[in-house]
Amino acid sequence: MATDTEVLVLGGGSTGCGIARDLAMRGLDVTLVERGNLTDGTTGRMHGLLHSGGRYAVSDRASATECIEENEILREIAGHCVELTGGLFVQRPEDSDQYFREKLEGCRDCGIPARVLSGREAREMEPYLAKDVKRAIEVPDGAVDPFRLCVANALDAENHGARVETHAEVVDLLREGDDVYGVAVRHESGPGKRTHEAAGTTEEITAEYVVNATGAWAGQIGAMADLEVEVRPSKGVMTIMNVRQVDTVINRCRPKGDADIVVPHETTAILGTTDEEVSDPDDYPEEQWEVDQMIDTLSELVPILEEARTIRSFWGVRPLYEPPGTGTQDPTDITRDFFLLDHAERDGVSGISSIVGGKFTTYRAMAEEISNHVCEKLGVSASCATADEPLPGSENIETLEAGMDDFGLRSPVARRSKQRLGSRASEVLETSEANPVLCQCEGVTRAEVRDAIEQSGSDLNAVRIRTRASMGNCQGGFCCQNMANELHPEYDEETVRAALDELFEERWKGQRHALWGEQLSQAMLNYTLHATTMNRDRDPADDDESAEIEFDAFDGGA
Amino acid sequence: MAIEDDVLVIGGGLAGATAALAAADAGRDVRVRLVTYKQSTLRHASGLIDVLGYAPASDGKAEGPLVDPFDALADLPEGHPYERVGSEAVREALAFFDDIAGDAYAGDHTDRNALVPTHRGTVKPTARYPVSTAEGLASDDRDALLVGFETLPDFEAPLAAAHLEAAGAPFSARGVTIPFPGIVRDDAKVTRYAHLLDRDETVTTGAGETGAREALATTVRQHLEGEPRVGFPAVLGDERAAEVRTALADALGADVFEVPMGPPSLPGIRLEDLLYGALEDAGVRVTSGVPVVDYEMADAAGAGSAGAGTAADGGGVGDRIDRVVVDRNGTEIPHRADQYVLATGGLVGKGVRSERERVFEPIFDCHVPHAEDRYDWFVDDVFGEQPYARFGLAPDRELRPLDARDEPEFANLRAAGAVLGGYDFAAEKSGGGVSLATGYVAGRRAAEEVDE
Repeated sequence: MATDTEVLVLGGGSTGCGIARDLAMRGLDVTLVERGNLTDGTTGRMHGLLHSGGRYAVSDRASATECIEENEILREIAGHCVELTGGLFVQRPEDSDQYFREKLEGCRDCGIPARVLSGREAREMEPYLAKDVKRAIEVPDGAVDPFRLCVANALDAENHGARVETHAEVVDLLREGDDVYGVAVRHESGPGKRTHEAAGTTEEITAEYVVNATGAWAGQIGAMADLEVEVRPSKGVMTIMNVRQVDTVINRCRPKGDADIVVPHETTAILGTTDEEVSDPDDYPEEQWEVDQMIDTLSELVPILEEARTIRSFWGVRPLYEPPGTGTQDPTDITRDFFLLDHAERDGVSGISSIVGGKFTTYRAMAEEISNHVCEKLGVSASCATADEPLPGSENIETLEAGMDDFGLRSPVARRSKQRLGSRASEVLETSEANPVLCQCEGVTRAEVRDAIEQSGSDLNAVRIRTRASMGNCQGGFCCQNMANELHPEYDEETVRAALDELFEERWKGQRHALWGEQLSQAMLNYTLHATTMNRDRDPADDDESAEIEFDAFDGGA
Repeated sequence: MAIEDDVLVIGGGLAGATAALAAADAGRDVRVRLVTYKQSTLRHASGLIDVLGYAPASDGKAEGPLVDPFDALADLPEGHPYERVGSEAVREALAFFDDIAGDAYAGDHTDRNALVPTHRGTVKPTARYPVSTAEGLASDDRDALLVGFETLPDFEAPLAAAHLEAAGAPFSARGVTIPFPGIVRDDAKVTRYAHLLDRDETVTTGAGETGAREALATTVRQHLEGEPRVGFPAVLGDERAAEVRTALADALGADVFEVPMGPPSLPGIRLEDLLYGALEDAGVRVTSGVPVVDYEMADAAGAGSAGAGTAADGGGVGDRIDRVVVDRNGTEIPHRADQYVLATGGLVGKGVRSERERVFEPIFDCHVPHAEDRYDWFVDDVFGEQPYARFGLAPDRELRPLDARDEPEFANLRAAGAVLGGYDFAAEKSGGGVSLATGYVAGRRAAEEVDE
């Protein structure tokens, strides 16, 4: 029986997409399946820090070295996804001098450019730092857009012939004797433009080799073929502020602890995070104290955070793993290294490996190592080129920056659009049609939304992660409906309505944890606009409001 | 020296303006002042006056849309603002509004709700509607052409038309999207559209130079297939809206209506203008752009005593507000009145505010009932029964805000509109009606007490 694909990658996060790109570039036939949308798991739920390695310079120097190497590579190949903000490790009076020295030495030993700033110099750079900050170490931390980076990898994999199938949940691993030879997936009604099978149908995809890159969900996948993968999911909260109070990444310079980082991200800043083991990566408590702790603790570094407006909070789960027998109690002590579990060696089951652990900044290096392993298994000798070949959109960014005024957009919009689109900017923005801004908070134009719809179909959450539309102050209250309008007439009214409902619900979910002050007022305004002005909560077209209205009983005019 | 009035209304939205007008109407000799801080939330609102579109039912599922809102008023739960003032007051307040609005609003010929198409293509029950909307009622069975503009992303006419059909509207609707003659910027403000038509500015089209109204009608006419009425997003003029509508209707040979829109909303702005015109006519003094930042209580001897901090703890039956302090560019100016009406809005208008630990009323620190745990302020379903939507003051039947022991916070303070709690105006579609009814009662009662 013919196999459908050479390599089947399970998981559409940064690791899975990185592996798919790497192998496809090496000429292999690759299929990637993802349960939801790309980035649905851990990748879409991180604080967007591009590590310099400084964070690990004391505790884990191998990781630190790897981080700075990958940091430099990503700035080259994915410039349009990275903002090189720089970062500070800030010492407060109560933080240890010895640790500060160890951090500095560690950075220097690992090849991380590091410079000591006095408290005054640090405050000149970041005026909102607390007045009693003692000193800081400056390192090349950055902010990265995980959505764009992941999508760019997937697009490039497709450009090299891969099949990327989202909204396809693995429901079974196909195992015959001691060999895993594929999976069964159930297709859900995903976005329109991508080729999807009919919703509810099941497909068996056979492969010569299967890579389980499902991160925190790796244990659940393994269990389908009676393989034990003892991943230890650990949750962390991130809280989004409505403006960037800081322009560089602010880390607390102390050994470890929750709530020790602020990452500026486009027009926002993201506070992170906690670290707490959970049993089920799909179902864990999202607790108020975690949000409060972010604000209270980080206010010690940046006092105005105490009074600042938060937009929403979200949680992610780390795919932590440690080899059996290590027995670490505190998840913050578990290594951030990644592990390649070759199930042939480990469990005597051939045809599959699982990838667990790891961190976003080094996703490419992980993908390279795993791809090497897969090639070895399949007897392929092609070598890795992902460190040298730019990702789609990142070529010629300087040329494009220089031509900033070309598109007849106001300059901040043009600049930000081009940053988002990279070298695809002219292709997307050169339109003879009217191109109004649909999302005022983030300055996203109709052309960008339409371009994202081309890529992702009627799934407005997929449009959101590609454009940032609906991710600003109003959290979609003013722009969700404008985004939905662009789906028509390609998609029928009912599809548009369902897509709008889904996006609006999704926007609401994260806000629930930031519901006080300005953001509660915003939530009330959003609710009012959608329920009162549009009457979307009692829409007579919806099924549950289907009792037909007797129109002629109402006022028909004077 | 304090500025002296009989009745001082704080807040310049629908409730505040109505309270001031009702107070002024109640007695010729009553001196009424209205102070407002920011622009009212009227310009966020559709301009429709909803009284009650859906009744909260005991099983949690809303009933409606209601054909006759008055049928349902008697069954509202205790504490609902309508229950506080009684349904007769709602009728009186509507009649009062009808007098003020004159020809600008319709709907007073019947108790029945009208169904108005929204800019998404749903339909919404409402009691009074701007006359610009009158030809668009969804219960009218004439076919309609909906017209949207390429540069106005809020209204996608073909989608709205399809949605109206899905909602079961008893007529056929068709939508087209056209360029708006004379709009060259992709991001022109909605007021720019209105002013082009108001002033009938000369615009250049393929057919040469012509007035904006004629140019718009010419473009639309090419798409008209005999529909007797044509709907536009609500940008058809500002100060001369009636004239613009008539000109378009004449040129098209069809009735013309506006579909209400979100912010900034021209029907909302027109309503605000109408109210402020009426305030001026009624001799109400209006001080705008200034926040009320503090207040002082009257002690037993009748002199002013210091402020907000102590009052919150020491307040009780019979306590009176002596004066409020208004901040004008950093200068604190005392305003003294005999009676006060608080109409500062809800969470949106910032008459009700919140912090991580509490929900509060920022001027007088009146009691706002709310759950202690902020995770009990909301439910997971975005359109579910949201507790936060009901945040606000709990008043007695005189509309005096009550403290935690159900005693009036102050003897001479009443509250009206969205600052009141205990109802979800968005789910019920009752915002306009509650503002009118409570504003009317609060203003009238305040003036009557001055007379005493």
